Amino acid sequence: MLQLRRDLYDAIIAHARRDHPDEACGVLAGPAGTDRPDRFVPMLNAARSPTFFEFDSQDLFQLYKDVDARDEDIVVIYHSHTATEAYPSRTDVQYGSLSPEAHWVLVSTRHPETVEFRSFRIVDGSVTEEPIEVIEA
Amino acid sequence: MAIEVRIPTILRSYTGGEKSIEGKGDTLGDLFSDLDARHGGLRGRLLADDGSLNRFVNVYLNDEDVRFLGGVQTPVSDGDVVTILPAVAGGAPLAPDAVAGA
Repeated sequence: MLQLRRDLYDAIIAHARRDHPDEACGVLAGPAGTDRPDRFVPMLNAARSPTFFEFDSQDLFQLYKDVDARDEDIVVIYHSHTATEAYPSRTDVQYGSLSPEAHWVLVSTRHPETVEFRSFRIVDGSVTEEPIEVIEA
Repeated sequence: MAIEVRIPTILRSYTGGEKSIEGKGDTLGDLFSDLDARHGGLRGRLLADDGSLNRFVNVYLNDEDVRFLGGVQTPVSDGDVVTILPAVAGGAPLAPDAVAGA
């Protein structure tokens, strides 16, 4: 189960809409050990592509340094699919298996009016969808 | 003196849970071989079949991505800090995957 505040949920969707038709990506960080995100960190998609995303290598390094310095975890890793469903692709599963401790959030922006926002755990190549609880401020 | 190597969560199964280990070598490739002697299997998670770094990890020498230095040939020395992080990437299914139902 992923629990997150409404403002963080909205921020992810706004980022995905803004970068459409390219894929948007980023993370939500939260205090270490809590599994509760409280900081929105949009990342640049170094691939600038409608079908691929990639954190820039220096940005990734800086992100980990910041997260360590603040005693946080990367609780959520999010990205958008811009023409297909919000479900992990084969590539997502390959990379997702490297960060099994994170919730993998996928947003689809294929329909301008419909929000598709789903969360998954990706462990050892296997995908499990989980419920999401949006907490109203 | 030695080279400090910071290990990401996903690879700590090779280090008995340690976040940081030490090794030695003249190049990054030597260092990985040295680590592998004590942490069997670790090297295989970092390198592709052709011996280059695989695309699933980013390796930094101090603050610099080693892909922009010399890859596994990058010289290293005592006091350096090597940081290994899982790459974060992915993307939409290509057409054949989409047809297969992804």
